[in-house]
Amino acid sequence: MHTLTIEKPADGFAFRPGQFNMLYAFGIGEAAISISGHSDDPYLTHTIRAIGKVTEALAAFEPGMPIGVRGPFGSPWPMDLCEGRDVLVVSGGLGVCPLRGALRHLLRHRDRFRNVACLVGGRAPAQLIYRQELQELEQRADIQLEITVDHAPPDWQRHVGVVTDLLPRIRIDPETTIALLCGPEVMMRFAAEGIEELGVAPERIFVSMERNMKCAIGHCGRCQLGPNYVCKDGPIFTWQRIGRLVTRSEV
Amino acid sequence: MRRDIPDLLRSHDFTHGLDDDQLAFIAGCARNFRFDQGDYLFREGDAADRFYLIRHGRVALEMNIRGRGQVTVRTLQDDDILGVSWLVPPHRSTFSARALTLTRAIGFDAVCLRGKCDADHDLGYALMMNFMPELLGRLRSARLQLADVYGAPNG
Repeated sequence: MHTLTIEKPADGFAFRPGQFNMLYAFGIGEAAISISGHSDDPYLTHTIRAIGKVTEALAAFEPGMPIGVRGPFGSPWPMDLCEGRDVLVVSGGLGVCPLRGALRHLLRHRDRFRNVACLVGGRAPAQLIYRQELQELEQRADIQLEITVDHAPPDWQRHVGVVTDLLPRIRIDPETTIALLCGPEVMMRFAAEGIEELGVAPERIFVSMERNMKCAIGHCGRCQLGPNYVCKDGPIFTWQRIGRLVTRSEV
Repeated sequence: MRRDIPDLLRSHDFTHGLDDDQLAFIAGCARNFRFDQGDYLFREGDAADRFYLIRHGRVALEMNIRGRGQVTVRTLQDDDILGVSWLVPPHRSTFSARALTLTRAIGFDAVCLRGKCDADHDLGYALMMNFMPELLGRLRSARLQLADVYGAPNG
């Protein structure tokens, strides 16, 4: 896992939590990478897992190297809608990256929201992203943070299991809750179903989808998901709109 | 105020639907346990002669995997049921259970409880119906863990 911080241009680079940029490794190609930070930060943060030619090139970047940035693109998390309500954030694996901006927004303006809960799932303790930041969040009394991994060595004191196991333990009022989810699709599916079971309406559950994006402006069709283009209509959708498509293997 | 065992049992999902007589009947198999951090409640391969309802605390279920040592595959905590192997032969624990924090639990003598379920099938059926949703939930979680959804897409 590699984190790139990119200096912003002099005229700033405004974006909203949950949006993504197209990062261009010159001569190799472009990849859609979510912005992990907050718009108030002096730089742009992108965390990258090297899994293909472009992401491998981006992960190998050295300080000072020039990079192409197109963006920001895509729908943001509904932070305005969260105001005056309980907010449940559920992340799995790399999904913590697009949610990091939302979390920072929630904490920066903590008095605008009611209960804030955050469940973080990962494969194993050593593979948790932003672990240091998560440990600092655990110390705060104004957010319920629970971290769980699929398996762990004996010195791990937190949870082992899947994030859905923790849902019934979170103190939220389902009637007012907005849920923000990002992670592997199968994890989001189980989590969204679990959150619906708690009594949160599917139109108040928001998921960030990942598809292989190329043009980022709804032209090329690479990221089509049913009638939607993930780059233009998403990446953030309500579960009401997208849930039926996520459970079908052919889309 | 100290609560007696039938009283503690009454508030747990495991006893949902049992009447007072049945509660008192199974309470005869139960007593309170306290484990300090690091204590083992049972170990992999032991006779599964007890099962627990956790009142407070957190317990790690561990497996010994050659080359990796002890690996925690699940943690359990307040109000969770701990121990399944006591239900069916050969009554041997599949995992070790270690207290991660100070843990208080109600422990049932498995031979005693199996005997009561054999003697009163209505009771046995009611307990099994309370046990089953929890078991299915565990199975679903274990399958999701097995799917290794956080692994890199190309391995």
